[in-house]
Amino acid sequence: MRRERSLNMALMAVLLVFPLWAWSADEPFLITLSTRAVIFAIAGVGLNFALGLGGLVSLGHAAFFGIGGYAMGILAYHAQTYTPLMEWPLLIEGSKAMPVIWAVAIMASGLAALGIGALSLRTTGVYFIMITLAFAQMFYFFTISWPSYGGEDGLSIYVRNGLFGLNTMDPITFYAISYGWLVVVLFVVSRAARAPFGLALSAARQNAARVQAVGQVPYRLYLVAFTISGAITGLAGALFADLNRFVSPTMFSWQTSGEIMVFVILGGVGRVFGPVAGAALFILLEHLLGGVSEFWLVYLGAILLGVVLFARGGLYGLIAGREVAHD
Amino acid sequence: MTEPILKVEGLSKAFGALEASRDIWLDLRPGEIHALIGPNGAGKSTLIQQIAGGLAPDRGRVLFDGRDVTALSTAARARLGLGRTFQISSLAMEYTVLQNAVLGALGRRGGVFRFFRPVMRDAALLKAARAALEQVGLAGVERVRTAELSHGQRRQLEVAVALTLRPRAFLMDEPMAGLGAEGTRAMTAFLRRLKTQAPILLVEHDMDAVFALADRISVLVYGGIIASGSVQEVRGDPEVRRAYLGEEGAP
Repeated sequence: MRRERSLNMALMAVLLVFPLWAWSADEPFLITLSTRAVIFAIAGVGLNFALGLGGLVSLGHAAFFGIGGYAMGILAYHAQTYTPLMEWPLLIEGSKAMPVIWAVAIMASGLAALGIGALSLRTTGVYFIMITLAFAQMFYFFTISWPSYGGEDGLSIYVRNGLFGLNTMDPITFYAISYGWLVVVLFVVSRAARAPFGLALSAARQNAARVQAVGQVPYRLYLVAFTISGAITGLAGALFADLNRFVSPTMFSWQTSGEIMVFVILGGVGRVFGPVAGAALFILLEHLLGGVSEFWLVYLGAILLGVVLFARGGLYGLIAGREVAHD
Repeated sequence: MTEPILKVEGLSKAFGALEASRDIWLDLRPGEIHALIGPNGAGKSTLIQQIAGGLAPDRGRVLFDGRDVTALSTAARARLGLGRTFQISSLAMEYTVLQNAVLGALGRRGGVFRFFRPVMRDAALLKAARAALEQVGLAGVERVRTAELSHGQRRQLEVAVALTLRPRAFLMDEPMAGLGAEGTRAMTAFLRRLKTQAPILLVEHDMDAVFALADRISVLVYGGIIASGSVQEVRGDPEVRRAYLGEEGAP
């Protein structure tokens, strides 16, 4: 527990110091790289809430990542073209304001997670994996064939969205925003994990019959967890789209779902800060191995295999030891 | 006579051609231990499942506290006060003993959908959980992970979690299974005290324990109850001796 806490602190410190160093050394690319890591971490923390705590192996979190992305893309697109999003029954304009975009992204992806979860959670195991994957693929093919918003080519947004008049095009400013969100999300998730909800949810993963025998319905616990999980991943999607000033159907692809899961597994399933370590390591490997060979994914695959075979707890399991029950 | 808390009326359940439960009537009155015995494959587990809510009967109904609960889920029946222990220990193995008990207390209190305050700092829940652990004699190991408990301790914890629900009736599926002589003696003494708190419908293989504990016994063979009555009556019943007790069980 103590070691886990120190590792958490160290991780967050590195994520604070490294971009600041890159900023002072005038290396905007490294700041952007760190921003990617932080945004991926948020997506991973979202998935981990369902996967680690609730045991819900979702291979469809790209759906929520993509919905968050398109929430940003569509709002900003209408704002930059000065066309209303909707005129009837009520007039809705686009928006370039980050708070509006975040709120829409969180609500849209949370709502989608509620709907997808309500159907998918009637199944378990492999069927759950397949049905969540199928839902994400539906979104993928839908956006590909949706010409209003760029179809296969995606949507480009010229200027990053605004927040309180800050210069969000400055990499370090946008990094600070993303890092701030990561801190907020980690706080919310670690509180929830130790709250009554977390106790019951994790118990449902360990033994559903036990939870029923104490008068609780596992399905409801799972559904709420899945909804929160999707909303967090959706927020990450909005940030990711804003970082690239671009959204495309790729955000919905099953590779995206797989990558988010890789962050969780690399870092340590069920550890609140695990995906932060996982995403940071992923970006680091992508950067280092990507420089060595364009087939860097082969090496990543080997590393992942090693983690799954020899270090089931991921980075956190390796460094902080076995998970200790909260007291 | 006092009104029974639990009544099973004409319960039937078939799996294809196999009649696992055939027109079963039984009840559980306050203050008693009603033992359900029968050879392997007699349909005891199927019956318990139907009473607990895990399995819907084809015909008949289950009344709890005068209320028809046949259509209710396991969770809803638990909330009404049906405390269940499982044949195979069914606990959250990664949790500590105390966490398992707090989970029970939380189930009893409700308010599971709270996301902010740490549950293991909730004084009311901790108090209820510790009281239950105290009662079964697990107070000393509350910080031990459940996976590291001995088999006997898990059985005790199983009962403790049921206790945190402050049930109106217990449904216990082989609480003595695998306990050994000493453990069985302790559990027998414990259940004898417990029945004054809430009556127990007890499924048990250990005949000595059943004869020592039960106020009434029902004998289930091939899905039907062939005899029901006091220990003396059931022991003396020729049909029971033939069908179930055999030579070795003869007193």
